[in-house]
Amino acid sequence: MSILETIDLSKTYGEGEIRVRALEGVSLCIEAGEFVAVMGPSGSGKSTLLNILGCLDRPSAGRYLLESVDVSEMDRAKLAGIRNERIGFVFQSYNLLPRTSSLKNVVAPLLYSRNHRRTKEEKLAIARQALETVGLADRLEHQPQQLSGGEQQRVAIARALVTDPAFILADEPTGNLDSRTGQEILDLLAGLHRQGRTILIITHSEEIAALTDRTIRLRDGRVERIVRNRSKVVTAAVEQVRNGFR
Amino acid sequence: MDFAEFLHLAWESLVSNRLRALLTMLGIIIGVASVIVMIGVSAGTEAAIEERITGLGSNLLFVQSGFVRFGPGGRTGEFTAPVGQAAGGLVYDDAFAIAEQVDGVVAVAVEQSSVQTVEVGSVSLDSVSIVGSTADYPSVRDMAVENGRYFTQQEVDRKQKVAVLGQSLAQELFGDADPIGQTVNVGGTKLRVIGIFEERGLVSGVDFDSQLYTPISVVFQKFTPSLFARIIGDRVRMIYVEVESPESVESAIQQIGLLLAKRHAVSLEEADFSITTQQDIIETQEATTAAFRNLLAWVAGVSLIVGGIGIMNIMLVSVTERTREIGIRQAIGAAPTDIRWQFLTEAVVLSLAGGVIGVLVGVAGSWIFGAVSDLRTVILGSSILLAFGSAAAVGIFFGFYPANRAALLEPIQALRHE
Repeated sequence: MSILETIDLSKTYGEGEIRVRALEGVSLCIEAGEFVAVMGPSGSGKSTLLNILGCLDRPSAGRYLLESVDVSEMDRAKLAGIRNERIGFVFQSYNLLPRTSSLKNVVAPLLYSRNHRRTKEEKLAIARQALETVGLADRLEHQPQQLSGGEQQRVAIARALVTDPAFILADEPTGNLDSRTGQEILDLLAGLHRQGRTILIITHSEEIAALTDRTIRLRDGRVERIVRNRSKVVTAAVEQVRNGFR
Repeated sequence: MDFAEFLHLAWESLVSNRLRALLTMLGIIIGVASVIVMIGVSAGTEAAIEERITGLGSNLLFVQSGFVRFGPGGRTGEFTAPVGQAAGGLVYDDAFAIAEQVDGVVAVAVEQSSVQTVEVGSVSLDSVSIVGSTADYPSVRDMAVENGRYFTQQEVDRKQKVAVLGQSLAQELFGDADPIGQTVNVGGTKLRVIGIFEERGLVSGVDFDSQLYTPISVVFQKFTPSLFARIIGDRVRMIYVEVESPESVESAIQQIGLLLAKRHAVSLEEADFSITTQQDIIETQEATTAAFRNLLAWVAGVSLIVGGIGIMNIMLVSVTERTREIGIRQAIGAAPTDIRWQFLTEAVVLSLAGGVIGVLVGVAGSWIFGAVSDLRTVILGSSILLAFGSAAAVGIFFGFYPANRAALLEPIQALRHE
């Protein structure tokens, strides 16, 4: 089943002479459980595609089906609900709420949920569970400024997971991290993928793209090509052998 | 997100910026405190006026010689004799004419006062107020005799030398002994004590308990200097008219006016007397308090508005500072409504916290105000509610624009904000 599908997606900014076509006729389909990378030089429309796929922005033309629901015409409040329940964001700059503990950061999406079946205690329990999943069970009450970059990104991943979204949208998740910590975050994402999560990762790095099932390359607002990474299975196996099945 | 969460968020935000929050609240604090003091003072004054109404006796009309003006500072009015009308003014018989010819009149009393030295045995009191009056006086002034009796109209007509004592005067002159039947020496005239009034207390600044009451004819005859007596004759300063009900007040005023104008052979426009009701007196006093109240209401209103603008200002700053936070919240699923509620709650919590401090300051202020000035102040539960209500209203009104601005931020722009 396809998690998300775009049909002839376009986005233009401005009017008349200063009109900019950021996306032109992008059609994509991402299946449940896929790990997909989106690559492209700056100005290729990557951010615009990310914003539309993340329901942070609406396309000018075309359709965007998220779990077979057309979200391209939804109003802001409905889009907020979709973001809340179906999409988990991981940003380059972590984007945690300042002066707010890890636990409160992670529980926040559940508090914004329009689904009122859970009590606050249940929501906190789910948030704790998510923090445990990313290995931060001992950092529940720490505020972002007391955490390292890697830890902050883990909190962000826990926050993305907590609502059990349709897919995780990771925008350069290792861009602000040193290579070792970056690798840890990638391992974490790869682990989530193995558990069946659908992950969409926007990246500049060929190495990261090589870890995924498919790479979508954008250029000038169009899909240049889509590459299936056959080497991935082999690479992953080699990695695991090298790491001694950690 | 539920309301408790918004409250929690608002509280955390304010606590993390204590000084700023406090400074922002100042306008609200001043506004709310002045609302409390304002209402405290006017309610206190109203209570005082009400006490005075009951003190005056009910349904009472005051017919006075000349004109009566009520100045801003005047409590009982300023008496001015009509210039060039030495022959005018009320006379003793006017009272009886009113009693006989005006419908709805229950009682009429005349008052003419003097000040004399009063002696009993070795006790001598200077400057005792002697009230010369007629038989209906206790009724119109709402006074009751405790011991003995008041004098009758017959005794007034016959110039009987009798006296009724105020409670504290009797105490001072006779101590614990029974004064009834005793004789008091008033300015050289011996009066027989026939009654003692019940305690009445201070009404409109007059201590009814320290006065001596005697027939007005005795005052005319004995206690008015002879030279003066010849000029003023049987002229009286004041006639009290008690009517049967508040509804008959209007018609009584008209009838009395026509009757006295006819008796004095003057037109109503150039009358040498004036008729006032308790209502007139109360209205004058209320006008005074109203002026004061209006002033404070303006102060309160202006500082609530200034306070509100302060809140709006700080909320706008806060929205700008927290644009990125708003973006993050939007990304994880906060709808425009959620963002609006968050900032609106913060503005209202800010103004309500100002309201709480303002109420405390206002209550303390009213108390101090009442202690250092003549004005009585009353703290009303309703004024505290009103103060809270206006603080909340200010918070909602001035918090709405910033909150709405936050709600309408575009998620992608807010997220990109540094």
